[in-house]
Amino acid sequence: MASTTTSVPMLREQRSSSLRGRRRWPERIAETLVKLVSLISIGSVILILVFVGKEALPVITSSVVHREVTFGALFAPYRDAGYMWQPVSEVPKYNIVPLFVGTLKVTFVALLVAVPLSVCAAVYVSELAPKRIREYLKPAIELLAGVPSVVVGFFALIVLATWVQTVFGAEHRLNALVAGFGLAFAVCPVIFSVSEDALRAVPDSYRTAAVGLGSTRSQALLRVVCPAALPGIAAAVVLGFGRAIGETMIVVLASGNAALLDASLEHSTRTVTATIAQELGEVVVGSAHYHVLFMLGALLFLSTLGVNLVGERIVFGMRKRLGGSR
Amino acid sequence: MSALVTPGRPLARRPNLGDRSLIVLTTLATVIILLMLVIVVGDVVIGGSHVLSWQFISQAPTDGMTKGGILPAIFGTVALTLLMTLVAVPAGVATAVYLSEYAPADSRLARAVRVCIANLAGVPSIVFGLFGLGFFIATVGRAIDVVAFHGQPTYGKPSLIWAAMTLSILTLPVVVVSTEEALRAVPRELRDGSLALGATKLQTIARVVLPQALGGILTGGILAVSRGAGEVAPIMFTGAAYFLPYLPCWCCSFSLSSSTSWPSSYARASGGVWLRAEALAWKFGSARVRLRPRAAAPRSGSPRRERSG
Repeated sequence: MASTTTSVPMLREQRSSSLRGRRRWPERIAETLVKLVSLISIGSVILILVFVGKEALPVITSSVVHREVTFGALFAPYRDAGYMWQPVSEVPKYNIVPLFVGTLKVTFVALLVAVPLSVCAAVYVSELAPKRIREYLKPAIELLAGVPSVVVGFFALIVLATWVQTVFGAEHRLNALVAGFGLAFAVCPVIFSVSEDALRAVPDSYRTAAVGLGSTRSQALLRVVCPAALPGIAAAVVLGFGRAIGETMIVVLASGNAALLDASLEHSTRTVTATIAQELGEVVVGSAHYHVLFMLGALLFLSTLGVNLVGERIVFGMRKRLGGSR
Repeated sequence: MSALVTPGRPLARRPNLGDRSLIVLTTLATVIILLMLVIVVGDVVIGGSHVLSWQFISQAPTDGMTKGGILPAIFGTVALTLLMTLVAVPAGVATAVYLSEYAPADSRLARAVRVCIANLAGVPSIVFGLFGLGFFIATVGRAIDVVAFHGQPTYGKPSLIWAAMTLSILTLPVVVVSTEEALRAVPRELRDGSLALGATKLQTIARVVLPQALGGILTGGILAVSRGAGEVAPIMFTGAAYFLPYLPCWCCSFSLSSSTSWPSSYARASGGVWLRAEALAWKFGSARVRLRPRAAAPRSGSPRRERSG
């Protein structure tokens, strides 16, 4: 693709420069307008950064907020209470460590389920499935991404929680395990879709060469095709991770929402997103609690931004290396 | 994408343990994922079918939301989605037109726009909610109040319009990506032909390229609607009300999140899934339309045609 993409726009450029003399005002207005509108996307990202950051900043700078909490105190344990998130008690406690641990716990379960399932499914759809089924399989799996997350959450709350309790015998009906399984529904299509693209991007010459050298189908797949697509699969996992830590409604409904700090997957747990979703509606605007919630949002935004940038970079690099034959 | 190794034929003659177990394993994974879809959708359809009635979708809730219907929620969702579409689709299509028709290949601006679109798609929906509250309501809305309403909180509080604006930014990437894909699939010959006949660039885009890409643009719009209608987190603080039986801004998806009233959720869920299926049907349709000129291409002898969308 590299060679063709450079030649096509160059031709386009020459053509537009030859027309430039004849251009009249509607042409110019249209181009400017379209260009300005495309700035909306850049503006939105900047505005999100600025306005979430603006409300989060008082946690670091404001002396009024510092009477209740400082930025360092968000991570340090309380002397008498330890790692505690209890923003609406007599002495409000804002320790966000349990929330991040909760997010990681749920995400861990989700990835543990989703990664093997979706990567295997991607291998099947892109390499092994009969041609006729293949065309229907990918859209069918991507249909899962179209189920609104609140519906998946509701399903996890009503149905999945009962199943999990029957199988694992957890004491609490809603726990990290249930939320993680629910989250897997949302993460699977992401990982599947990206890794299927990555596998498909491996040139056919790799496969023919491997088979020509006498390897079996599984050898060609596991030793040649999969290693070549590995960066793309890694990117898929990274993007799936980004999706998982940002998901809100599934964990609000299915995690049980107790801000406990422990390693058990069978205890109720509370994530960063669920905390924002549940507490922002009732918080006093401008209070320390309000600013801490925005700080949580800002941290979440920055981490997903970083995760997504890494993922995009890997995909881009891989496409370049494989010559971009999609 | 032409597979040089036709799967299944040459190697099937000597199936060995490794091959077979790999096939079984990966097939199993695929079946499990498909089962997940079937279970969620099936559960929603079966659980929802017996409460779904004309009465249910045409009445306001009664008795503290334990009886009656979900009309206000449906109305709120439709109004919100419509408003959102009115903003997101034109903006998204214009962005895609700029990216694929106007931007030079090495344009830094176009690269920046692409990076931002990709990142916008990855921002957690709850952050959009925070943004909507901090920007639209606390800043823009309050400014309007100060200027036009003597500080009376009119626009400076959660409302339909701010929820719709927040959602339109959230769905912008969906529209941009599918529109751009559709624009790129329009064969170059059509553009060249139009320009050769003396049409200006604007005329070419408006009368030749955009009509050709209409299928893809519609796909994008429908995908955006299905995404926007199913979102909860961004509208929790920017527009949705939990219980307003007669006011419009009451959202199905929100009511599902805050009440555990089974019936409404099931009706809602089936609606979401149905929309998505519709969008996929469109995608298939437009893909078929796109394939037609591509299939005819080799005859025209264009060497650049090997590039697939």
